[in-house]
Amino acid sequence: MDTTPKAISGVSTFLDDRIGAGSFLKRNMRKIFPDHWSFLLGEIALYSFIILLLTGTFLTFWFKPSMGEVVYSGSYQPLVGVKMSEAYASALNISFDVRGGLLIRQIHHWAALLFIAGMMVHMLRVFFTGAYRKPRELNWLIGVGLLSLALLEGLTGYSLPDDLLSGAGLRITEGVMLGIPVVGTYLTFLLFGGEYPGHDVISRFFTIHILLIPGILLALISAHMVLMWVQKHTQMPGTGRTEKNVVGAPFYPTFMAKAGAFTLFTFGVIALLGTFAQINPIWLFGPYTPADISAGSQPDFYMGFLEGSLRLMPSWEINFLDHTVSLSVLIPALVPLGIVMTGLALYPFIEQWVTGDRREHHTADRPRNNPHRTAIGFTGIAFYGVLWLLGANDEISANFHISLYETTIFGRFAIFLVPALAYFVAYRICIGLQRKDAEVLSHGVESGVIKRLPNGEYIEVHTPAAQDIADHIRGKKEIPIIESGVDGDGIPPKGARTAIGRLRAKASEAYGTDHVPLDEGHGHDEHAAIGAGDHSDGHRDGH
Amino acid sequence: MIGTGNSVNSITARRRHPLARYAVVALALGLLGGGYAVAAPGGSSADAAIASGKADDVAQGKSLFVAHCASCHGLNAEGTAKAPTLVGVGAAAVDFQVSTGRMPAADAGPQAPRKPLGEWVTPQAIDDLAAYVQSLGGGPARPAAEQVDPAKGDPAKGGELFRANCIQCHNFVGAGGALTYGKYAPPLNPATPTQIYEAMATGPQAMPVFNDSTITPDQKRDMIAYITHVRQQVDPGGSGLGRIGPVTEGLVAWIVGLSLLILAAIWITAKKRRTHA
Repeated sequence: MDTTPKAISGVSTFLDDRIGAGSFLKRNMRKIFPDHWSFLLGEIALYSFIILLLTGTFLTFWFKPSMGEVVYSGSYQPLVGVKMSEAYASALNISFDVRGGLLIRQIHHWAALLFIAGMMVHMLRVFFTGAYRKPRELNWLIGVGLLSLALLEGLTGYSLPDDLLSGAGLRITEGVMLGIPVVGTYLTFLLFGGEYPGHDVISRFFTIHILLIPGILLALISAHMVLMWVQKHTQMPGTGRTEKNVVGAPFYPTFMAKAGAFTLFTFGVIALLGTFAQINPIWLFGPYTPADISAGSQPDFYMGFLEGSLRLMPSWEINFLDHTVSLSVLIPALVPLGIVMTGLALYPFIEQWVTGDRREHHTADRPRNNPHRTAIGFTGIAFYGVLWLLGANDEISANFHISLYETTIFGRFAIFLVPALAYFVAYRICIGLQRKDAEVLSHGVESGVIKRLPNGEYIEVHTPAAQDIADHIRGKKEIPIIESGVDGDGIPPKGARTAIGRLRAKASEAYGTDHVPLDEGHGHDEHAAIGAGDHSDGHRDGH
Repeated sequence: MIGTGNSVNSITARRRHPLARYAVVALALGLLGGGYAVAAPGGSSADAAIASGKADDVAQGKSLFVAHCASCHGLNAEGTAKAPTLVGVGAAAVDFQVSTGRMPAADAGPQAPRKPLGEWVTPQAIDDLAAYVQSLGGGPARPAAEQVDPAKGDPAKGGELFRANCIQCHNFVGAGGALTYGKYAPPLNPATPTQIYEAMATGPQAMPVFNDSTITPDQKRDMIAYITHVRQQVDPGGSGLGRIGPVTEGLVAWIVGLSLLILAAIWITAKKRRTHA
């Protein structure tokens, strides 16, 4: 092979000698990434964030974050001569008079939706595979922080154009702040700079939206990536995969090419949406005035669960020492958000406490192999989903001709019943899938070959599962159970003597007990044929 | 039927009696003749009708009324337990209700929906019915063609009025919305300018009345100009997604956007390079 040209080798040697770039690159370019589609979900959010930064910068060139009143004179005819804020007028200007402005605005908004949707599915993947376990709890917490900040970022961005629809969201924000006991009024005046809506909130949200939160997001995303890089990926169990290695493709060239392609896919899908699907048509909503409100006022999807909880809540309030405490606003605003976010943040630690498992985990669980975790996850999804669905109850009512009150009453029951049902169903499905796994290992898979025995009976020959499938199934890990049994003298261990200790022991036993142990006791070859000799049905033995 | 004392069933049974149809026709003819004989000399609105040469319309309208409306609204439009009186509702209400197919109502739901017109509902028939109901006690008249001409209105002014008065039920582009107890604000897209005007003037079903002192006829025309302008507008951003706002946007983000990206992820990772250690 010919040698490296001097122009390159000179520069690279210079750099290598000073910052050690060569060994750094050598080490990291060969970093292995596992090859499973679900590991790319987080990248949807990452690449959407890049699009958000680029398009957002474009939008700031023309957007005027001011609530000063102007008379519109742009090219959207039905609003000419209407008084509006400068913010709304400049957003119209971007939409109708800046070349490519509407496309960029729509791409920005679609990217925002996919940013949060991407985070959510990524988080679900991490949750259901137990990839948040030691040593990755900190990265999980960073992720929860990123999600919360993204919601806030969405809320502030959505309010900026100062259109009638976003004004409805702003009004609810104000109502929630006012509902906070004792300090609510002061906080509201602080945020809005006086009586609602005031003249300050748009410019303040602008700074928060383009500077403060993106800065924190950028820092946290970097930390998230660095931690991921240092701690390496988890991987699904399989052939040759252990707690000590990562099987997959190296970063350079394979994963880099794949990630590059996926970046372009993300850009492409978002550009397609921005081109062909209209989003947030602010010109149809009209400028914000506190007196107007539209039917079908909805927040963007990620705020839908809060909208739903507000709609489901009965109008409760209590009067305490001449102060009204508006439970009808406080409970729906804070309780579901608290349950979802706090629950997510604490789950790794609760699970550790229950299982007493302090080991490091680098192989992921298949969701079926930890049925209680999976069921808890589905309970959360059901809780969130019911609230999200009922956030659109007026559209459901109008489009499917269901009485509005019936949807509300349905929701008030469903918010308790559906999560419980989801727990039960998800748990049973997990157990069923485990049984299927156990059967594949002990009986093999159907071969499609029918065999006739000397006595005239027909049976189907089962062949052992393929090596990779069998290894994948055998990756099932035991979930530890804390010591709770009594010792020889009838005394329970120290931790299990208090009420909480007994609860913990009980929870641990329920959480960790394996109801479907993998049974490898049978021979593999023509197992069904042997079994069929003893029983009339080749499938029945072993159960 | 025996001893149930159920009045609805007994009415139904009697209505099905072979002689019932003759009785109804005789009654209708009798009322037509009698009603006309009574109305012609006395009522001032009927006088006006005669003076304007519309007496025939009134008579014709009355017969249509008896055939299609009287079973609920009463033979003299006096109202029954099922339906309100039509005295004083005016020609505008008749035109709105009948030309949109809402009346005659099909069944007693929370709200009469817009539906295809019956065969007998011709412009002439609506004119006759309207003339008859107008003759009963006046009420809002039908607007003249130039009163509802969108070209003569100012859409920007109309938009402001529309946002202040209409969208809390009908949605920001008139896509409609839900109301309480199974009622709903219908979408405005199928409504003609005349029907929009008449709905404002008469307040059909759950809708409040926006009379001429609340919203002047010129303002109504501005609003019509806005509504028709916006509904004809081609969505500049691509598909309008039903123009109902973030609900469909969220669905598209998840079902189209996220699904496409997940498919791409599956495709990208499907080809695995096997390295043998």
